[in-house]
Amino acid sequence: MADPVLALDGVRKSFGALKVTDGVSFSVAPGELHALIGPNGAGKTTLVHQISGMLRPDAGSIRFRGADITGLSPEKRARAGLARTFQITSTIASLSVLENVALSVQARATHPLALFRNAARDARLNGPAWAAIDAVGLGERAHVPAGRLSHGEKRALEIAMALTLEPAAILLDEPLAGVGHEEGARLIALLKSLKGRYAMLLVEHDMEAVFALADTVSVLVYGRVIASGEPASVRADPTVREAYLGEEG
Amino acid sequence: MTTSLLIVQILNGLQLGVLLFLVAAGLTLVFGVMDFINLAHGVQYMLGAYLAVTFVGLTGSFVLGLLLALAAALVIGLALEFLVFRHLYERDHLDQVLATFGLILLLNQGVKIVWGAAPLSVPVPEFLSGSVRLMDGILYPTYRFALIGAGLAVGGLLWFIVERTRTGMLLRAGASNAPMVSALGVDIRKLFMVVFAFGTMLAGFAGAMAAPILSVEPGMGDTVLILAFVVIVVGGIGSIRGAFVGALIVGLVDTLGRSFMNDLLRLFMSAPSARATGAALSSMLIYLVMAIVLFVRPEGLLPAKGRT
Amino acid sequence: MSAAPTTAGAAGSTQSRPGSRPLLALVLFAALALVPAAVSLGVPAHWLSLVTRAMIFAIAALSLDLILGVGGLVSFGHAAFIGIGAYVTGIMITEGRTETLLILPVLLVVCAIFAAVTGAVSLRTRGVAFIMITLAFGQMVFFLAQALSAYGGDDGLTLYARSTIAGLDIAASRTGFFYIVLGALIGCYGLVCIIVASRFGRVLRAARENATRVTVTGYDVGRVRLIAYVISGMIAGLSGFFLANQTEFVSPAFMSWQRSGELIFMVVLGGVGSLHGAIIGALAFLFAEDVLAGITEHWKAIFGPLIVLFVLFTRGGIVGILARIRGRSDG
Repeated sequence: MADPVLALDGVRKSFGALKVTDGVSFSVAPGELHALIGPNGAGKTTLVHQISGMLRPDAGSIRFRGADITGLSPEKRARAGLARTFQITSTIASLSVLENVALSVQARATHPLALFRNAARDARLNGPAWAAIDAVGLGERAHVPAGRLSHGEKRALEIAMALTLEPAAILLDEPLAGVGHEEGARLIALLKSLKGRYAMLLVEHDMEAVFALADTVSVLVYGRVIASGEPASVRADPTVREAYLGEEG
Repeated sequence: MTTSLLIVQILNGLQLGVLLFLVAAGLTLVFGVMDFINLAHGVQYMLGAYLAVTFVGLTGSFVLGLLLALAAALVIGLALEFLVFRHLYERDHLDQVLATFGLILLLNQGVKIVWGAAPLSVPVPEFLSGSVRLMDGILYPTYRFALIGAGLAVGGLLWFIVERTRTGMLLRAGASNAPMVSALGVDIRKLFMVVFAFGTMLAGFAGAMAAPILSVEPGMGDTVLILAFVVIVVGGIGSIRGAFVGALIVGLVDTLGRSFMNDLLRLFMSAPSARATGAALSSMLIYLVMAIVLFVRPEGLLPAKGRT
Repeated sequence: MSAAPTTAGAAGSTQSRPGSRPLLALVLFAALALVPAAVSLGVPAHWLSLVTRAMIFAIAALSLDLILGVGGLVSFGHAAFIGIGAYVTGIMITEGRTETLLILPVLLVVCAIFAAVTGAVSLRTRGVAFIMITLAFGQMVFFLAQALSAYGGDDGLTLYARSTIAGLDIAASRTGFFYIVLGALIGCYGLVCIIVASRFGRVLRAARENATRVTVTGYDVGRVRLIAYVISGMIAGLSGFFLANQTEFVSPAFMSWQRSGELIFMVVLGGVGSLHGAIIGALAFLFAEDVLAGITEHWKAIFGPLIVLFVLFTRGGIVGILARIRGRSDG
């Protein structure tokens, strides 16, 4: 089996007496879509924050493409090819879709902060930006300010921004949360089209989506991974049914 | 000789620290609970001093004058809250800064129109005139002791209210999470009014108490305001304990720096250059302390719990 | 589109896109260029020095708009840079170094260093703490200048000469000096517009709205803001150079904290983040000050309430008001 793109080993994080991440270990192989599920308050978003670098674990290590990134700042992780989306969508509302994506393209450019070059007319930025916009199907909306997009469109925009980082792995924090049925189906189709090209860690509540998309499912309860494996076996696992799936009927 | 000077200067530093604490306490609470930055808070200190001048003069009694000055400062503060501040709570900090800056221009000029531009003073009350003999050859004015004592007493009272009473619990909760408090069903507007009135009184009290030992002049609140900002930033925004510790640090560092920097520098430079460097360095000292604290702990020494 | 009044009103501030009105800026500069001619045709003579002074402050307000309007960093210590620029100029002239080409590099380097050091500390904090800290650092420089007894201390420093360019007095002719300042203003405006439209400017703007997003996209937001802070400080320092030469006097009052507050008001008065708004704001401020000070010595008692009313009842400054009027006439 290929070396994992992303590997967590014994990651721990406490807020005071509360252990929000309690010795989590798992790995994501190249091209694998790994879903992380768990009831509310299980510590999923906290874990994503630690992987993306917005929180620092108290103990344990996070390895990305073979290098230890546990102490790296979020921007350095992003530049190393670890992209993420947010549970509450996070775009720059006043910039257009194209500008948002170009901002992301620019981060990987040789001169990310060129002071005197006009950014709006820069083909080196806009070319790759258009490619990503087309990939997520936002071509028609490229010049609309991000603040005026529908919820699902904002999710797609976030994914486009992640794609331009030429990522080796993408962290998706509940991309379907709050999205209507129709837009949800479109997002699932989008994720399916990306599957196999990127390693993805998908945090999601929508079980239908998870079992339709995931290669591997890990179940997080009270900061611990209680089960991990292929969707069918996880679904059949009695401890999982008891701890989590049971409550959904 | 040097020891006695040191003792006197430590007392002076304490006295400045206590005044700063009284001003900073209101400012940090108002900021912590309402997320409102009130530049005009220093003006309340100035008004306290001017009102003390007027009322002590009118009544001939320091205590009576002080009480009337406090009442009047409170009325003015509440009027400002009603007319201006309450329309700013929902605004961003830029709007708050600008509008309260406008009020400073008005009120600084206003006291010039009413009381004139020349410095005024309040006589030290009879029963606190005299000096206390600390040890051989060291006398320290009784009034200054009273000031330190009064400041510490108010500080203790404040600590009791904030740490031990129900209102105080709401204040602390509000300082770290205002929406949560309003979700608990507390009338947040009323809480704001109480906090604001209280902060105003403290600043006014500091000004009135300082009136007999400092010259009362337009703009006197501005210097104190900026020092109070340093205090708050050093202590941690929204934290009463932080304000207390910060105020003592700033008061002592500033006072001791100004009186001993020269002597210190003369150990390794000539007298004239020590004097020049000492003056420059001691005036910058507290800001350097602030910079160092921030560099090590950007959230301040004793940040309010739950605030990040 | 950049000034759609309905959404802007709801969002709290009318953000007209920087440099989005090249025509307006052009008209503005053309009108300024005509001031000396107007004075010779009978406009009050003191307008020449008043407008010169206003343009000097416009340079400072413009630099503040870069960090405050574009970057979202409310600096309450910006007058310190004017003061440092003025003091470097004043001290060098006092020491017999009047050559502009010598003064400017020194001045820019000193301002850059001060900005880099204080910025590195202040930018570790956000929001209100940033306001308080920049204010405190500004005050630190103010007291430092007061303590400079060798250069006038509290009383300030009167200059016996002005700066020279290749041996020629830059303010020998008041009209000549006017055009030098106008040229500098246009140059700074162009520079800031280019920066705002650049990749760097886009990151700076984006970080104002959503710093987290920009960080996970792969940018070091702190570094971007620090660069902007340093550039802004250097431009403000340049205005101090002109101010020292116009007044032939340098004093701690140049960097009093009220002056920093006035600079913020100029930016807000014109319209935050629009760049040409900062210039309009500075002009409007100095003319208002001139008119009010002519009425009463207590003009601040009128000016203060005007600021309060302005904050409470207008949104988006003069540029925003113009945009609303235009929006209404467009239908």
